[in-house]
Amino acid sequence: MRYAMAIDTRKCVGCSDCVVACQTENNVPVGFCRDWVVEVVDGTYPNVSIELRSERCNHCDNSPCVRCCPTGASHFEDGGIVLVEHSKCIGCGACIQACPYDARYSHPEGYVDKCTFCIHRVREGKDPACVSVCPTSCMYFGDLDDQNSKIVNVLKNRKFKSLAPEAGTKPRIFYLV
Amino acid sequence: MHTRRNFIKISSLGLGATSLAGGAIKWVTGAPSPKKISIGAKSASSFKTVSTYCEVCFWKCAGWAHVTEDGQIQKITGNYNDPQCNGRLCPRGTGGVGMFSDPDRLKTPLIRVTKNGEQTYREASWDEALDFVANKMKEIKEKYGPESMGLFNHGTPGKHFTHLLNSFGSNNIGAPSFAQCRGPRDTGFELTFGESVSSPEVTDIRDTRCMVLIGSHIGENMHNGQVQEMSEAIDKGAVIITVDPRLSTAASKSKFWLPIKPSTDLALLLSWIHVLIYDDIYNKEYVAKYAEGFNELKEHVRTFTPEWAYGITTIKPEQIRQTAREMANAAPAVIIHPGRHTTWYGDDVQRSRAIAILNALLGSWGNRGGIFLKEGFKIPDFPHPAYPKPAWSWQDTMNGRYPLAKESVTNTLIEASIPSENNKHQIKGWIVAGTNLVMAIPLKEQLMQALQSLELLVVVDTMPMEITGYADVVLPECTYLERYDDIRSSPHREPTIALRSPAVEPMYQTKPSWWIAKQIGERLGLGEYYKFDDFREVLDWQLKQVGQSLEELERVGAKKLPRKTPLYIEPGMNFQFKTASGKIHLFSKELEEYGFDPMPVYTPHDQPEEGYYRLIYGRAPMHTFSRTANNRNLVALMPENAVWINPQVAELWGLKKDQYVWLKNQDGVLSNFPVKIRVTQRIRWDSIYIVHGFGHHHKPLTYAFGRGVNDTEMISKVSIDPIMGGTGMRGNFVTFVKENPKKEVES
Repeated sequence: MRYAMAIDTRKCVGCSDCVVACQTENNVPVGFCRDWVVEVVDGTYPNVSIELRSERCNHCDNSPCVRCCPTGASHFEDGGIVLVEHSKCIGCGACIQACPYDARYSHPEGYVDKCTFCIHRVREGKDPACVSVCPTSCMYFGDLDDQNSKIVNVLKNRKFKSLAPEAGTKPRIFYLV
Repeated sequence: MHTRRNFIKISSLGLGATSLAGGAIKWVTGAPSPKKISIGAKSASSFKTVSTYCEVCFWKCAGWAHVTEDGQIQKITGNYNDPQCNGRLCPRGTGGVGMFSDPDRLKTPLIRVTKNGEQTYREASWDEALDFVANKMKEIKEKYGPESMGLFNHGTPGKHFTHLLNSFGSNNIGAPSFAQCRGPRDTGFELTFGESVSSPEVTDIRDTRCMVLIGSHIGENMHNGQVQEMSEAIDKGAVIITVDPRLSTAASKSKFWLPIKPSTDLALLLSWIHVLIYDDIYNKEYVAKYAEGFNELKEHVRTFTPEWAYGITTIKPEQIRQTAREMANAAPAVIIHPGRHTTWYGDDVQRSRAIAILNALLGSWGNRGGIFLKEGFKIPDFPHPAYPKPAWSWQDTMNGRYPLAKESVTNTLIEASIPSENNKHQIKGWIVAGTNLVMAIPLKEQLMQALQSLELLVVVDTMPMEITGYADVVLPECTYLERYDDIRSSPHREPTIALRSPAVEPMYQTKPSWWIAKQIGERLGLGEYYKFDDFREVLDWQLKQVGQSLEELERVGAKKLPRKTPLYIEPGMNFQFKTASGKIHLFSKELEEYGFDPMPVYTPHDQPEEGYYRLIYGRAPMHTFSRTANNRNLVALMPENAVWINPQVAELWGLKKDQYVWLKNQDGVLSNFPVKIRVTQRIRWDSIYIVHGFGHHHKPLTYAFGRGVNDTEMISKVSIDPIMGGTGMRGNFVTFVKENPKKEVES
């Protein structure tokens, strides 16, 4: 089982519903977020293009955050989901520095927090909150080992990229382009 | 002029009130604030889910409020039974809980009093506030007749106060959604097809093969169903053509983006009509069968060639031809989208007519992938005596203008509220429910004159919006998550009904609008119109009449009902349009009779002087009008608006990213607050763009106050559409003021 996410930049309108849904689902304190939207503008008027994409923890196969964690709070769960066990976290912030995606933040209660792929929902057979709410249905979540899953299907049929491949982290979030 | 109604930003409310610089006092009471929500995600089993439909915008998506065991609303999710949202709310709907938990909510009734020569509000009991309103309304009725009470409204509270005013004997009821928004579109389509495209629009986007957007920015306007369907259309490979001076989100997803010179859209539309007809690629069979006036139209557009349009629009002739061919190839599965906010230049009905004519030439109305035939589900009125017939009504406030307005025009109601010899009739009292007129209505001076002249101004809202500062009485409404409202029943692809029921008890001393209206009605001796104790009874009775049940709706939230009529025109069907002749009017005799152009004509509009830029405004997906700028669940996504400028403009003015400037318009109107610069290639060099709804100047909105610029205040010039009274607002030009003009914050 290898959980992953594919996000279709051709459909994303950058509305940030994924951000709000994550906040209300996971009680992310106001002013912080576990996911966010990026807009990249390219070209000169009127030959301009933009790419909109929703970003979050990449749940990397080769995770610098897990490797550098001194207490073992950052760890892999079933399916390769990278989690922070709040009770073990001492808030040292090494993982925040190590993450090439700036996906982690210091929670006001003293631990480091980030996207969990909504593991509590996934265990109930549901999609993560961001995926389930997206008005454009531009996100696909699933198991890369399940050949019948939608995510495997879109990755087979579409061109995609991942972020900062040069960091060698083997991210599990793919952007359809 | 005598100001009997000072804008009150100062309220001495005793308990816990804090003095700020300048003597301002926070809008607070000693009432409890919502409990802090606990940290950590909860599993589904610990929630109770309660049916609601959203009130953050007019789309009204059905959803579920998830209430924790200790009575807090944790989150709101969409209802899968509702075809308007398909289980997916937009960011505003998801963040709707922020309306409920907003610490700045109105908490108790307030009455304007003069204390030591200064006007201020004091807290009042509901009895006191309601008696005050009813007595004043009686006084107005005795002195001037019941018609002199007017209502401005938006959203569901409007229905309850409409019933109140109708029972009282007035139908001087208006909403900015007509003359400040969709009015020209509706009138243009009614004149052509005999009916409007409704709300939610009857555009068959999910099955379209080609969609043309003209100044409509789906994806930034977060009209949920349309955004979802556009995404589906992208998946299916539909061609999107976007006409916009700005690379909107939709434009960035389009096969063709036509970066038009602002104000010239009608020329482009006419040249598309020309190409369809003279290249002989229009839908001949459809036009022959359903339309009249084709020969006149053909003659009319003879000279409107793409070469003619190029000189006006800056869109290259081959691009005009190519996009016209794309439409023709897709026909009839093609939509020239009618848009929604269409009050731009004062000839907006004519532009909407041109859009309607294009749809007609392609045969989209009544065809799959074009414009489908809507079907609704009628919910009967709860029994009440017949409404008294008003001696005069909003039509009489027009003084012979705007003959084709089918809905009341806010601006004429406002004019009728300013004492003048020209007014045959005078409006003396207003109820304002759910609309912040100060940030919705352009021509501020006129609005201010009206506000100063009224003998009664009652404002019903959940938040201390700017308009509340002018009220004699402020009535705090509870949010949509704390109340019942009418059954939602909007005609669309599938007739659907949805229930809004209270997820939690109203916080503070807030009350639902149905209760407020009923209380006022009973005090006015209109008890016969309110023969129920609780609104639940009304809903229960209504649903039973149509073979449905409240219990079921509480369980399912929203329910699709079977269609009884076809969704598209079927072969062999004798289809009649709802015009007088049953045909589509390419040539409008109705317009001709009233002395207007029977077919659209392009008129050049003013262009900015050197150093000025056209003010273009629009929406952001995470905000609705001016009502979400204080919503803590949404503000982090966009805390303030920024003024978009082209890098060339930035260089010319020496402006940098994130620098703050003030805006000044062609009439010397300065913005209240400075606004951040956004330098981007997404905008033309002759225009600037800002998102509407920011620049609140009411301090009780503790987060939103002073953030960004209010586009409405910069719109001091309005081009009124003579056909239906729409206020064209895109003819204003602004320049940058880099040094602080040290302007006092106005009113």
